[in-house]
Amino acid sequence: MIWNEEFETLPREALESLQLKRLKATVDRVYATVPFYKKKFDEAGLKPSHIKSLKDMRLLPFTVKTDLRDNYPFGLFSVPMESVVRVHASSGTTGKPIVVGYTRRDIDTWAELMARTLTAAGIHKGDIVHNSYGYGLFTGGLGAHYGAERIGASVIPISGGNTKRQIMIMKDFGPTAITCTPSYALHLADVARDMGIDPAKDFKIRVGCFGAEPWSEKMREQIEKIFNIDAVDIFGLTEVIGPGVSSECIEAKRGLHVFEDHFIPEIIDPETGEPLPYGEKGELVFTSITKEAFPVIRYRTRDISCLNPELCICGRTFVRMERITGRTDDMLIIRGVNVFPSQIESALMQIEGLEPHYQLIVDRKNNLDTIEVQVEVNERIFSDEVKQLEVIEKRVVHDIKEMFGVSCKCTLVEPKTIQRSEGKAKRVIDKRQL
Amino acid sequence: MKVEQISVFLENKSGRLAEVMRVLGSAGVNIRALSIADTSDFGILRVIVNDNDKAMKALKDNDFTVSKTEVVAVEVPDTPGGLAGILALLEKQSVNVEYMYAFIERSSDNAIIIFRFDGNDRAIKALSEAGITILEGAKVYNL
Repeated sequence: MIWNEEFETLPREALESLQLKRLKATVDRVYATVPFYKKKFDEAGLKPSHIKSLKDMRLLPFTVKTDLRDNYPFGLFSVPMESVVRVHASSGTTGKPIVVGYTRRDIDTWAELMARTLTAAGIHKGDIVHNSYGYGLFTGGLGAHYGAERIGASVIPISGGNTKRQIMIMKDFGPTAITCTPSYALHLADVARDMGIDPAKDFKIRVGCFGAEPWSEKMREQIEKIFNIDAVDIFGLTEVIGPGVSSECIEAKRGLHVFEDHFIPEIIDPETGEPLPYGEKGELVFTSITKEAFPVIRYRTRDISCLNPELCICGRTFVRMERITGRTDDMLIIRGVNVFPSQIESALMQIEGLEPHYQLIVDRKNNLDTIEVQVEVNERIFSDEVKQLEVIEKRVVHDIKEMFGVSCKCTLVEPKTIQRSEGKAKRVIDKRQL
Repeated sequence: MKVEQISVFLENKSGRLAEVMRVLGSAGVNIRALSIADTSDFGILRVIVNDNDKAMKALKDNDFTVSKTEVVAVEVPDTPGGLAGILALLEKQSVNVEYMYAFIERSSDNAIIIFRFDGNDRAIKALSEAGITILEGAKVYNL
């Protein structure tokens, strides 16, 4: 099913001319209204008028995550605050998150994109949507919510957490669709079975839209079997708009259609920054071309993917991006929260006496991500008393929880037991089998 | 009046205690008393040995995290209620016991117990004044 037949099946030529028109308008707009972009363009000797075709995109400077952080909180907004009707922020970063704004029209665009996403998964008016994405600064909850309302579905705005209650509601309210992270879906299934409920038989769910964290075909098979549903992959990021950047169609379930009338995707070589042709793997880059409050120009996602221009059986003309297969940096996504090992390191370094000999063990137990911080014990923190060492462990757990909102386990280990390779320690062991 | 104790950090995995014993054994260090405090992840081995410097060096050379702590070796009457009497004395002085463990050897007719107090000096004073024998380090190491 297609929500917006006119745009989603636009012939390639018409789509590209629409993209160019919108790109030019966006470039004009950021140059005129956002000092950060003006400075970057000027430094590159670039004028908005230099953008004459889509090929000229490569002239535009990249935007990276630190640019967004440096302009915290509202420095990259391209409209006055009085035109901003909503803000959201990225998950789990030290003190300063990345803040994005939406005008009334942006919210409308976003609802449209999420309506497309849900429709592509076969969700329609008459469905009851159990929305377990978190509501709040995180874009997942409200994004899916507005989309589901737009198509006329009934929304259960359950948000995240309180799993047993969620299962009671899923059994009693009979939702026919679910939206949540894939790992949470599996966790729901585990808890349901503990409660004597069979997710395949006792729920009416027909389809699920899963995203906000990396997952795999294997996990899809697992989820589809356990719930007896279709599981569809959706993609988005706060910096670009939130969920609703791209989505699979239930017809093919092979790659995510990028809503190219609103975002231009590129794949670049992460080393050289050179754009790569269709089919080649590289870093995914997005330029928004309809956003008002928070446009982004060539935003480097650090996600690794590739683009497939083949026409899809669903009839959409949009290119499909392959499921995200990795990152170009060391960012970890723990229960939907972005965590950089360097941030954990700086949290550890604030604890008197600790040395930077640590390792993060990431695993998935009962379908929930776990993180264990192993720290080597040195003479400065060692004590003959157990309670002194436990104080250190508790401090680490507390500080990391404060910083990321993620619970971890801290284990003290003997000196020189953390693997060192060529003097450099391997910081992260990710045991998760997606 | 105090005795030096060596503490060693141990991960809770098999073979670690054996490794400490091997290191001390090959260094020719003799253990006079020991105890282990354990949690689910790690343990702290506390030992009194006949040669502290040799033991510290051997353990450090083998990458163990070690520390020295002062503890008190007290002669406790080897009769029913012997320890109770000592603890009652300390309670009066509001001294807390952080941990304690018994020595294998005896001194005359008394048992020896190693104490770590939250105030070692106050404890020593109170016990001495009550006529309880506190053993010197040199004596303990060579018992």
